Amino acid sequence: MRRAEPLLALAGAAALVGIAYAAPWLRFVLTIALAKGLAVLGILLLLKAGQVSFGHAMYAAVGAYVVAFAAPGMGEALVLLPLATGIAGLLGLVVGLFITRYREIFFSMLNLAISMVLYSMLEKFYAITKGTDGIRVAPVTFAGLSPERESAEWAMFAIALLLAFGFGIVARLYLASPMGQALAGIKTRETRLEFMGVPARHVLLSAYVFSAVMAGAAGAIIAMTTRHVTPLLAYWTTSGELVFIAILGGAGGVLGPFLGAAAYELIRVHAAAAFADLWQLTLGIALLLVILFAPGGLWGVLARLFRRVRA
Amino acid sequence: MTAEITRRHALLAAGFGGVLLPHTLSAQPVAKPAELKVGITTFLSGPASVFGVPGRRAAEWLFDEINRAGGIGGVPVRPFFVDEGPGTEHLVGEFRRLVQSEGVHVMFASISSGSCLACTPLSDELRKTTILWDCGTQRSFEEGPHPFAFRTQGYGTPEVLAPLLYLLKHKPDFRSIAVLNQDYAWGRDSWELWKTAMDALKPGVRVVAEMFPRFNSTDFSTEITRLLALRPDVVLTTSWGGELTTLIRQATERRLLERSLFVMPVGEPSMPALARTMPAGHIIGARGDHWINHPAPRDRAAFDRFIEGYRTRFSEYPIYPVHHMAQAIWALQAAYAKAIEAKSGGWPNDQELANAFRGLTFPTPTASITLREDGQGLEEQIVGLSSFTERFPYAVPEKMIRYPAAEISAPVGQKSTDWLKTLRPGMETRVGAAL
Repeated sequence: MRRAEPLLALAGAAALVGIAYAAPWLRFVLTIALAKGLAVLGILLLLKAGQVSFGHAMYAAVGAYVVAFAAPGMGEALVLLPLATGIAGLLGLVVGLFITRYREIFFSMLNLAISMVLYSMLEKFYAITKGTDGIRVAPVTFAGLSPERESAEWAMFAIALLLAFGFGIVARLYLASPMGQALAGIKTRETRLEFMGVPARHVLLSAYVFSAVMAGAAGAIIAMTTRHVTPLLAYWTTSGELVFIAILGGAGGVLGPFLGAAAYELIRVHAAAAFADLWQLTLGIALLLVILFAPGGLWGVLARLFRRVRA
Repeated sequence: MTAEITRRHALLAAGFGGVLLPHTLSAQPVAKPAELKVGITTFLSGPASVFGVPGRRAAEWLFDEINRAGGIGGVPVRPFFVDEGPGTEHLVGEFRRLVQSEGVHVMFASISSGSCLACTPLSDELRKTTILWDCGTQRSFEEGPHPFAFRTQGYGTPEVLAPLLYLLKHKPDFRSIAVLNQDYAWGRDSWELWKTAMDALKPGVRVVAEMFPRFNSTDFSTEITRLLALRPDVVLTTSWGGELTTLIRQATERRLLERSLFVMPVGEPSMPALARTMPAGHIIGARGDHWINHPAPRDRAAFDRFIEGYRTRFSEYPIYPVHHMAQAIWALQAAYAKAIEAKSGGWPNDQELANAFRGLTFPTPTASITLREDGQGLEEQIVGLSSFTERFPYAVPEKMIRYPAAEISAPVGQKSTDWLKTLRPGMETRVGAAL
């Protein structure tokens, strides 16, 4: 399955491009899905260490607000993206320094608490952040060009896809490296890791910062795509949504988060289109079905199918 | 789009199967469509659904009636509803879906100001006529032009200024005020508007407390205790919905409304729920002139028909979102009639429809509304004192004063806060006529 992953990734990307081409309105939805997939990939790294973060939306929100604040002065996507990603990573480092001392429920809840602090700040510092109404993001240029609406949408889609590939490859290498392998050690028995001379906190901190970086990139893409940021991006339900996607996609490979995010967004838009009143119920049923019948998530289902074909 | 892309579309669509259902958009939609599609964003979940659901009901009911009478310009109307509850990012995606996939002809956008601020620039980009059917933020048209967006009702500035003028007339000698607003954009914005106008119209009023409890609070005992101790002459609250109902219930139990005069610019929708709990003699507004006991509507028969029609169909009294939705629909009818006439019977394209909206005047049962050149609608405001009559089981206004919209709205191209600073004391005696 691991060997088939690059091929599957290419096939998935081709399918996404095809869908985005055939249905212009889905281009927007899929760009968002790819961005969320990035953020979920970060959550996945922490899940490997058995830690669930209920606050990772804060890094996406930081990325998004950095773009919103910086775009009027410096509206170049290729500068804004690294800037937003860097600042999110920096915050991840600062928060991570003390949050990685905690495990499990304490880790989850502290992440949640800090993200809600950020949410309240975004909401209350009204003079700066415009409160819950949010900030309109100025149009951005791409390598100095300011394309028409349709080309700009394609550019954002392409950036999201490239970043998904880039971070996907790095995450795959990272998980295969000793640092990545040590994450599983934190999940099973941390003391053994320490006996081997591997500092568990450093292992978790590196994964935490990496995940913050990816969430920051996701936030930047979301801000440049939706062109409007609100504090809701940092709210705990948004963090919960990322965990939801992680479960939906499955924790197996690096493709899981993107699979989950695409499925999540497509289910949501189609549910919203079909029954405006009941879209929450539809999403809930989808998650229940996955938990009951496919505990490995969509990726698990795919992997099982794959094995059956080969056997 | 060209025919070539259409063909490719069709092929790809066949390839990707039924999940995606792509529709092509035609840039030359001059042919009369089989149905007039209207995309409507409204709250179907969350606390603001107290406004969103009545709005949706009004739309379904009125479109049913319009379709029974032959549609708009002979074309039946079909509404597409979208939930605003999940937030901006979802809503922006849904807006695109409705325009690019369903091919709606007009969008009705949003109750929340945040949603409207996200949707209006999208209307520029997609070049799709968008009616802001309920949101009130002054930022919509003051931060830049939006050639395809129109608001078919009043907005924050007149909706805050009218109750202030009423207060200055009703209780000119008040010396202190406290504010208790929800801690989000409308709560903050409305206070900024009020404070700016009050400082210009009656300088020297002491603000004894500025309280912004968390949005969706259910317990106001701390705030009420503080207000009981501070004894301000006036308490302003622009809270709405369930939150206002809860606040008034808790405040009346502790007799706060006997000590201070309350001003509630968005009071009307909470009155049916409060029923007899609401004390008499406090200033209430309705974000417009459509009070259920309007003493002199322009068309009495039409007004009664509207109120009774909604009441018999849904067994509840209509509140302002019902009227705002109806105004959007009447404006749509009037604009299509105008555009079709301008084209001598032809069906208008997006640009021609938008042109018809600019400067449009359309009648409502109570008065008429004109859309200014920046897209903002001018709707009269009526404010009064809560009172009880035989006719309604809840508080309705008495001693009403009607304020003409043009005199209490910031002129085109001016920011509300700048304009409010230019007001002079004594305005309350010049503007507004008793009903």
